[in-house]
Amino acid sequence: MKNIALVGKPRFDVKFVRAEFPVLARSIHGKPLAYLDNGASSQRPNAVIDAVNEYERHHHANIHRGVHTLSQEATALYEAARDRLASFIHARSRREVIFVRGTTEGINLVAQSYARPLLQRGDEILITYLEHHANIVPWQLVCEQTGAKLVVAPMDERGEIHSDAVEALMSDRTRLFACAHVSNALGTVLPIRRLIAAAKSRGIVTLIDGAQAVPHMPVDVQDLDCDFYAFSGHKLFGPTGIGVLYGRESLLDRMPPWQGGGDMILAVTFGKTTYNSLPYKFEAGTPNISGAIGLGAAVEFLDSLDLEGAHAHEHALLTYASETLSAIDELRIVGTAKHKASLVSFVVAGVHPHDLGTILDEDGIAIRTGHHCAMPVMDYFKLAATARASFAFYNTFDEIDRLGAAILRARSIFA
Amino acid sequence: MEINDLYRDVILDHNRRPRNFGVLTPADASVEGYNPLCGDRLTVRLKMAGDEIEDIRFEGQGCAISTASASLMTEAVKGKTRADALALFGRVHSLLTDDAAPSDELGKLAALSGVREYPARVKCASLCWHTLASALKAPDPQHVAAVSTE
Repeated sequence: MKNIALVGKPRFDVKFVRAEFPVLARSIHGKPLAYLDNGASSQRPNAVIDAVNEYERHHHANIHRGVHTLSQEATALYEAARDRLASFIHARSRREVIFVRGTTEGINLVAQSYARPLLQRGDEILITYLEHHANIVPWQLVCEQTGAKLVVAPMDERGEIHSDAVEALMSDRTRLFACAHVSNALGTVLPIRRLIAAAKSRGIVTLIDGAQAVPHMPVDVQDLDCDFYAFSGHKLFGPTGIGVLYGRESLLDRMPPWQGGGDMILAVTFGKTTYNSLPYKFEAGTPNISGAIGLGAAVEFLDSLDLEGAHAHEHALLTYASETLSAIDELRIVGTAKHKASLVSFVVAGVHPHDLGTILDEDGIAIRTGHHCAMPVMDYFKLAATARASFAFYNTFDEIDRLGAAILRARSIFA
Repeated sequence: MEINDLYRDVILDHNRRPRNFGVLTPADASVEGYNPLCGDRLTVRLKMAGDEIEDIRFEGQGCAISTASASLMTEAVKGKTRADALALFGRVHSLLTDDAAPSDELGKLAALSGVREYPARVKCASLCWHTLASALKAPDPQHVAAVSTE
């Protein structure tokens, strides 16, 4: 079966893949770019740039409205992108794939449209300690609005979330469990299959923040059996301002629309409005059409790759980076979970992450420095900030060698 | 632009051995400055003699640029009047953001001129000054809200 699936897909080859990403040929301050900030945003392949360009040049019009040719072409392209995304995450139906601006908007949609009408004073929403602010603040808002309580499951010093500890906090007041699939600050892969099953057995609805997971591993929402799964296009080699909220159809059906406007209605009178069917009920106003088309192209591009090979390469990068960085004196890796996606957060004694970021940039190396929008995680480790190198399948071992050398240079400046 | 022009010896020295670092008690003003973008946090404490800054100390955690800038600032404003200290802030601000050559009055603070080539780092250098200015401008310096660069 595996062999059949691989027919027509050349084995993963990092050189070949890099050639598809024009920006990787750039130099920064006279040095070849080493782009190690994929956790913040990944780069786009030609396939995405060309699809957006082609749409803008030849097919743009508003969708779902016009009877003219361009509008029909734009509609067809936009909806074809939805189909690609549905099959990418193995949704049961295209009705379960809602285009949103990104993960953040997807989570806010669920908080306001699913949780808010349902929550009563004293109800609980359960999250974990390592969440991105986007999976904390929307719940805090809805708790303020309803009198519900936000409960936070603990994390250990390796940055791991233990299923038992989370399950112990699932009570008959828990209405929703939301957690990251992969931690953006630490790289931890959470045991979400077990967590989802535990929630489900107690009748608790689940939302997974998949922003950091979809670029690194296959995601099958039916197999995971979660109720909601949100991710962003721009971390998945697609454009910014577009993302997907997957929702279980039976839940989406019962939820009121989040925003009102055009496209989400069937009929409007001043007395009553009839909402459109799924997924359009949740897509008020003219959407990011070119973004959706670009994201569809990104997924098509990924489908054309030997993804198993790509993921194996990423894993090798993670292992190599962990070894290379661990060998540096006074460098501490923050987040040492057993299962990690390919990112390494670290601090170097005597060199503040921001100074490190600036010095690495002089060497053409782009990393993220700061609190990674996960301040509770930073507080846990008593740090204000870390440096984070996050990899994509187009990164190389040579880039990691350069990262190691540049960190040594930074240390010598501050010695 | 060379990295050594940003991390000049004066900056590295003041980062390694920040001057006037620590708590000042009793203080006439104590203001916390915070850069939410990066998490840098520092507190500036002042002891005034009438209109003059008699003593000043800072503490907190930040990058080399923010620590060195705060250290240099405390040296530069000690003994200055409110108005003179604020005028100096104006000159430092120009130094960090304009193309103008550093004026002679800046003294050691001129070492910060490399920062303007790194727009993402300007706030690192200016955080301490914004914090000081809010203490100096406040009608009741004992009760100044935290300052944020955002």
